[in-house]
Amino acid sequence: MATARRSALATMRSLITPEGVDLQIKLADAGTRAAAFLLDVVFIATAAIAVTIVALFGVRGLGSDEMQPLFIVWIIAIFFLRNVYFIAFEAGRRASTPGKRIVGIRVASRNGAGLSVDQVIARNLMREIEVFLPLSIIAGRSGMGVADTLTTVFGLVWALLFALFPLFNRDRMRIGDLLAGTWVVEAPKRTLMEDLSARQDPVAKTFQFSHAQLDAYGIAELHKLEEVLRRDDYFALRAVAETIGRKIGSTPQAHDARPFLTAYYGELRAHLERKLLLGNRKADKYQR
Amino acid sequence: MSAPVPGDAVRGDAVRQSLASFRREREADWKAFETLLARVEKRAPRALSEEELLSLPLLYRSALSSLSVARATSLDSALIAYLESLSLRGYFYLYGARRGLRQRVGDFFLHDWPGAIRDLWRETLVSVALMFVGIGAGAWLVASDKGWFDAIIPSGLAAGRGPDASAELLRTMLYDGDNGFLSGFAAYLFTHNVQVAILAFALGFAFAAPTVLLMLFNGCMLGALFQVYWAKGLGMELGGWLAIHGTTELFAIALAGAAGMRIGTRIAFPGELTRMTAAAHAGRVAATAMVGVSVMLLFAGLLEGIGRQTITSDATRYAIGGGMLALWIGYFYLFQMVRNGDR
Repeated sequence: MATARRSALATMRSLITPEGVDLQIKLADAGTRAAAFLLDVVFIATAAIAVTIVALFGVRGLGSDEMQPLFIVWIIAIFFLRNVYFIAFEAGRRASTPGKRIVGIRVASRNGAGLSVDQVIARNLMREIEVFLPLSIIAGRSGMGVADTLTTVFGLVWALLFALFPLFNRDRMRIGDLLAGTWVVEAPKRTLMEDLSARQDPVAKTFQFSHAQLDAYGIAELHKLEEVLRRDDYFALRAVAETIGRKIGSTPQAHDARPFLTAYYGELRAHLERKLLLGNRKADKYQR
Repeated sequence: MSAPVPGDAVRGDAVRQSLASFRREREADWKAFETLLARVEKRAPRALSEEELLSLPLLYRSALSSLSVARATSLDSALIAYLESLSLRGYFYLYGARRGLRQRVGDFFLHDWPGAIRDLWRETLVSVALMFVGIGAGAWLVASDKGWFDAIIPSGLAAGRGPDASAELLRTMLYDGDNGFLSGFAAYLFTHNVQVAILAFALGFAFAAPTVLLMLFNGCMLGALFQVYWAKGLGMELGGWLAIHGTTELFAIALAGAAGMRIGTRIAFPGELTRMTAAAHAGRVAATAMVGVSVMLLFAGLLEGIGRQTITSDATRYAIGGGMLALWIGYFYLFQMVRNGDR
């Protein structure tokens, strides 16, 4: 529990707006970023294949006389896909490629100011040595039929060295981020969910809790309870209801787990919020 | 345990009521802000009416103040998470650099690009000097031993040119016009050269050493080729053949090398800044220069693919090459003096 919280804190960075509010941004972890990059690669590859197929069919339809302009269009299109895809999307309003958007992350400037185009360009040109160069070395070698183990290993080590760079620094930056003064942060789109303590449940009204029963838990447990209630998994609800019931000495019927927890959540939250207003933040059940 | 305390329940209910009404009253604002944000993120701000545009910062501030209130008083973590994500989106939108595309492009050509190149003048000199050293070395090596030619220039690129080729063959290669695939070839050259330039830039990260080698080697190839033609008395002609696009292309590659060197040297010697900040500063200047480099290479590709094959007079080739060089130098280094007044 303690280590989990510490690792969560390790990726939090404060971002203080000019209005003086700390927005507490969370850095995207390596797995999320790898997923986003793979998605982008899939998109680029799909687009490249589509362009090539269209070009090939175009050639057949037109005959070799009109091949030339088509060839130019093809070369330029592939070039744009490779070099401009990332830059164009990240320089846009949402500062994220389609892949990043899907996993809910975006690029941001490390100093909190707006992201400028030259930063986006710098971070994406570096991808050339991070990913494409070792790949093209390997591909070129195998194309010539001289791909021996050594060059392949060398290429892979190089690629890994850069690919794993984000794991070796505190801010999860890759080389491009380091050069551009950027980092990648989580920017999920959340919807406003229902207020659990406003939930109308006729059975829940029958439960009453005493002061001592509400003092059994703190804010950390309240948030866990909220999670369980929102997940709404029957067995989890029952297990939690039993545990809480045992602790506060009031065991509900098995089929009453949900209304019991709803009622307890509402009461506990009101109780803790009242304490909060009076300046007493009860972080968890151990705090008096 | 003990019986419920009615007084506590009543007070708890009062808190619950006030927080519920806080949410009820603010919720409409949050929703409005969310829909506006979704719209401006998808389309240009023009899509909004004037009132909506003016309400955007107000709604943002209202969301921020709601967040502060919620953090201090509410324990509904879903609500706080929602407000945090909404405020963050709003912050990124409102405080992001919001220059229009046209203004951005204009600024790039008027200030940023020449400014970045001027900033790199020292590295540019070094890079050009390295290239000349490479040319000298390449010519000297091939002059001393023909075997060096094959070692320096890959056979695919040489395409039959070599120390043993006849003067006639070499000459036809210089003036061989239409090969039916001109502009396609130009597009290919452009993309190839841009990749080389990006490499020169990106490799600078390794304390500039690979970039220095790349510049030297590029010069070496040129020198080797030159020596072969010079030995056959075709030096002037090769000069014209190269100059028409080469002044632009080689200059561009030298600039890319300069950008790479800037990054490498700033990482090695950050001065008073931290290494990170120094790298970030250098990276931004270098990136701007790099965009300019790709524009230059586009010109070079056009000149090479179209101009070189269709224009076969030496004088015209030299004139175009020299003109382009003068144009670039004037644009990068002299343009500033003209515009100095209104900056």
